[in-house]
Amino acid sequence: MEPAANIDGLEIVYAKPKTLTDTPTHYCPGCGHGVVHKILMEVVEEMHIQEETIGVAPVGCAVFAYDYMNIDMQEAAHGRASAVATGIKRVLPDKYVFSYQGDGDLAAIGTGETIHTINRGENILMLFINNGIYGMTGGQMAPTSLIGMKTSTSPFGREAASMGNPLRITELIAPLPGAYYVSRHSVHSTAAVRKLKKAIVTSFKYQKEKRGTCFIEVVSNCPSGWKMTPIESNEWLEKNMFPFYPLGDIKVPKS
Amino acid sequence: MAGGTEKSHIRLMKGNEALAEAALRAGMQAYFGYPITPQTEVMEYLAIQAPNYPGVVILQAESEIAAINMVHGASGAGARAMISSSSPGISLMQECLSYMASAQLPAVIVNVQRGGPGLGTIQPSQADYFQAVKGGGHGDYHLIVLAPSSVQEMVDFVFDAFRLTEKYRNPAMILADGALGQMMEKVTLPAAGSLPKTSFPWTTIGKPNSRERNIITSLFIQPERMEKLNLVLQEKYRQMQQEVRSEEFQTEDADIILVAFGLTSRICNKTMHLAREKGIKVGLIRPITLYPFPTDVIAACATHAKTFLTVEMNAGQMVEDVRLAVNGKRPVQFYGRMGGMIPSPEEVLAQVESIAQELHTVHA
Repeated sequence: MEPAANIDGLEIVYAKPKTLTDTPTHYCPGCGHGVVHKILMEVVEEMHIQEETIGVAPVGCAVFAYDYMNIDMQEAAHGRASAVATGIKRVLPDKYVFSYQGDGDLAAIGTGETIHTINRGENILMLFINNGIYGMTGGQMAPTSLIGMKTSTSPFGREAASMGNPLRITELIAPLPGAYYVSRHSVHSTAAVRKLKKAIVTSFKYQKEKRGTCFIEVVSNCPSGWKMTPIESNEWLEKNMFPFYPLGDIKVPKS
Repeated sequence: MAGGTEKSHIRLMKGNEALAEAALRAGMQAYFGYPITPQTEVMEYLAIQAPNYPGVVILQAESEIAAINMVHGASGAGARAMISSSSPGISLMQECLSYMASAQLPAVIVNVQRGGPGLGTIQPSQADYFQAVKGGGHGDYHLIVLAPSSVQEMVDFVFDAFRLTEKYRNPAMILADGALGQMMEKVTLPAAGSLPKTSFPWTTIGKPNSRERNIITSLFIQPERMEKLNLVLQEKYRQMQQEVRSEEFQTEDADIILVAFGLTSRICNKTMHLAREKGIKVGLIRPITLYPFPTDVIAACATHAKTFLTVEMNAGQMVEDVRLAVNGKRPVQFYGRMGGMIPSPEEVLAQVESIAQELHTVHA
């Protein structure tokens, strides 16, 4: 980002990218979505690929992503973002295409599309925001909710015998030959945000080289759904989510 | 394009293969599908032709749901896109078809109907009429629906469907059946490149500095905006009425008018001739567009015909629209076969004779 002009004799050293609109987001205070949107759009601006980038929004909290990202976008049916992205990428093979989905969208209703998109090695970036809950509908159990986690549809805590186990879909898809780069990140600290940004840049570089599917999971929070303050939610994230969804690269090309 | 110039334009072809060849000649840029009888030859034909059409995307998806959502993506990215399936597969697509109607995305959807309900049978049927013409998915919307009755029309209607879907930015369906998909007839294939491609300003192909970003969505959370979109759609459906197409056979002096679409209209045409030989004045109205429906043509005949007989391969679906058109002026009767059974001209004739006797209109 270019530090811009002076205002009242003060120098601007930090600004939002032009690839974000001026629309205030609807995200709850402390939610990770806004951070992911911002760094994704920073990358698009810094790589000068706004004219060549098409995004696909999910059904879920990020359903309005197209209100905030200043790029061409399509809004997909629930779970189908990677199929819509496939359709776009196949007819525009030289453009940058990404899908942006939550855990319910990508790992429950859209599991089939997720696996097969990656198995075909579609040259897209799949961004997966995992906060272990259905935020948009008000805090229901997600495929990635942890054992014991209390949600509005598991009010006494998730119990494996009747509700199934949390799904580590990222580990599930990583062995597929079509998956070229699979990495798990978070946005709960400045260092983590920087790492995620690097991973997004890497993914777009691989997409340009037509290497296959790049898949980035962001283990994130949901202060409203978890019924915590933003700070509490980030502490809970580190203590409970990271042990089950450990951060780091899961599959990277051999150098 | 290859195929168009090197080979003869007149061929003996199976309906499904003719439709696929027509799609290539109509400049289809992307096809997404999933195997299901009795239409799988469409994708098979495209797969074998693929090397001759290097720029055309032909992709077998993991499900009909994924396939139609790929059509959503490709169409939104400006491609002339098509999908084909048969009844159960078309049911799986209904959610996305509703999204596409709302987002005003053009695409051609081919339903080579089989008998139902459920997994049903692989034999021909017309039991998806309601699903095709009344919307099919959730919300107030319509598809443009064309009903071919010959292999030639399996070809011609691909061109018509692409023209209409792009003109109105509304998904268009070709409602065929298993018999039309499987039978072979002589066809004349239009030359490739005869359907010019328009470039749309609304596509998501990457936002240049010169314009605002393009968003393809069916989400309008404020009811005022959602109602506004509905009003736009309804106005579009009113405009579409000018696209009504039907055929009339010997309706001028007819006492009994048969109403039938698709394959059944050919059967009824034979019945009409058999009845005329016996001195029964029978005519035939064949709706070609099922949406928009040729209400006026039917209503006009209700002023002179004594009665109507709608014949369908279902339990009586289009007959409801015929009754709305006749609007109580004349009796509208129904004869149908279900579950993949095809009525013969003779069994329809028996119905006609029985009606004729009631009317005392038999002339020696």
